[in-house]
Amino acid sequence: MDCKYYIGIDIGSTASKVVVTDNEFLLDSFCMPTGWNSKETAKAIIQKLKEKGFSEDMACAATGYGRICVDYADKNITEITCHGKGAYALFKVNGTVIDIGGQDTKIITLEEGMVKDFLMNDKCAAGTGKFIEVMANRLGCDFGELYALAYSGDALSISSMCTVFAESEVISYIGSGEKRENIAAGVIDSVANKVISLAKKHGIKGEVMLTGGLSFTPYFVELMSKKLDKKIHTHPLGRYAGAIGAALSLRPKQSNPIVFD
Amino acid sequence: MLRLPENFESFPEARKSGFMKMKAHKDNGGKIVGTYCSFIPTELIMAAGAIPVTLCATSEEPIAAAQEHLPSNLCPLIKASYGFALTDTCPYFYFSDFIVGETTCDGKKKMFELMNDIKNTYVMQLPSSRDEVALTMWEAEIKKFWKKLEDFYGVTITEEDVKKAILQKNAERDLVLEYLDLGKLNPSPISGYELGTKLDTLSFIPSMEERCKQLRERIDEVKADWEANYKGKVSRKPRILITGCPNGGVRDKTIKVLEELGADVVAFDTCNSNREKIEKVDTTLPVTEALAKKYLNINCSVMSPNTNRLKFISDMIDDYQVDGVLEIILQACHTFSIESYNVKKSILAKGIPYLKVETDYSKADAGQINTRLEAFLETIAV
Repeated sequence: MDCKYYIGIDIGSTASKVVVTDNEFLLDSFCMPTGWNSKETAKAIIQKLKEKGFSEDMACAATGYGRICVDYADKNITEITCHGKGAYALFKVNGTVIDIGGQDTKIITLEEGMVKDFLMNDKCAAGTGKFIEVMANRLGCDFGELYALAYSGDALSISSMCTVFAESEVISYIGSGEKRENIAAGVIDSVANKVISLAKKHGIKGEVMLTGGLSFTPYFVELMSKKLDKKIHTHPLGRYAGAIGAALSLRPKQSNPIVFD
Repeated sequence: MLRLPENFESFPEARKSGFMKMKAHKDNGGKIVGTYCSFIPTELIMAAGAIPVTLCATSEEPIAAAQEHLPSNLCPLIKASYGFALTDTCPYFYFSDFIVGETTCDGKKKMFELMNDIKNTYVMQLPSSRDEVALTMWEAEIKKFWKKLEDFYGVTITEEDVKKAILQKNAERDLVLEYLDLGKLNPSPISGYELGTKLDTLSFIPSMEERCKQLRERIDEVKADWEANYKGKVSRKPRILITGCPNGGVRDKTIKVLEELGADVVAFDTCNSNREKIEKVDTTLPVTEALAKKYLNINCSVMSPNTNRLKFISDMIDDYQVDGVLEIILQACHTFSIESYNVKKSILAKGIPYLKVETDYSKADAGQINTRLEAFLETIAV
């Protein structure tokens, strides 16, 4: 498609991410909560794009679990393909992309900039953002506070593979008077362990890239890196990887790569 | 897109219409033996003058009832089989004079103990290897089943009766294979959803003659359609092979979705298709030895080792010009689940994309599966 603006929209379970590019540069990126109605979110996004003046001569691709709600999209692509494409554009290396989303965790193998193989978590929320959200609620704090607490704690073991059972493990720690920071550290540790076991099951090849909301938490990145004994690449636009992949899928083949740094 | 013939009979429809035919058969004094698995030598049932029928095992409805007796983290096929029996909602179970189970996996063999309290359930002891000792034992089991049928019905089964049944079954296997071979045509003229559904519903038709007639008609129709409308055209649709567990209970959220997303499901390494049909019963050997050999060679993951299956899938990929493999694992099916590690390895080594989906009969994960299948197709560039 030959247009002035290429717009990628990633409607995730928790947050919706939007990027706008032209044929050379990333022009804009923004993020909003998905809320309870993906159709409303899609409407709010097009409204915002109009206000910003990007709605003329644009092409739009939607991804993420709410992608079918973007009825004005020209293209509909799964988040797996988009995350692969987006991660390759950001990191410019092949290897293994780990994306921890609100309800899905994806492990993607990239070869020659293409998705070669992938694995997603099962129906269960353990090892996803949802798990942290549930536990933060239980500990009466928000995400930021949870990481801060975890940083100063010694991880208690939370071994259950099920979020609901893990929550009862947390409750029994609270009941037995364990320190909040140790429980918080246990929560983060448990997510890292679950993600790593999924990644190892899939097989880790080449460089490891982390995208999604958790890639902004240095504590978590450091923990993952220590457990994997490997450098983990992150990028300031990491949470936009899916939206970037969607936008890139719209550009004519043979286009010059867009500069994201 | 999914292509279905105008007179396509869905699985529930076929189950319902077969019921009336089966009732008529029974009302006329006909004999029926219920089975669950392709390891059962149905030639013996036919030789006894009875009709072998595959019993209901692919619906979510009776699972809740089954879980009153069975653990919930068990394979849905086993739970549904038992649940249908317990709630008396499978007409074929109801009409069966007795049930033949088999010790294929742990879940099944222990479930059959409980099923025996509902209806007479005879269990064939299937060994899990293919060496001489196993073959001797399995042949003895086949002789024992022969005797069971004679005692139960008060009839004598002669070697001639069995030979006749072997010839009939071999001919039916050839016809089913010819039907499955339609998947080799490129572009594919028939939906994999139709192929699989048809094979699952065949055993609801009591008359072998009628079964073969229906298959013959459909084969000729599809071949004529291919000659007229498909031949020589190029298709960009990815061609998918299905392997793994029986998929009747999850066909709608896997195979149907794949085809709606623009793929052609063309080949099946599953128990209702090539896996059981490929090897015929050797008519030059003594009958019990011939039956024992044929059935012991079925490439089911309950056999150990089962390396033949890897070669078999690899050959099918070539024969059916396959672009990607979807392995369907039913939740808690340990043998297929463990074997999938080697299946994946051997398929990827061949340079063919592979996806494994583990699921049960519920609709809870339909959305997630949809995304995985869509992403899988996006990775297959045809």
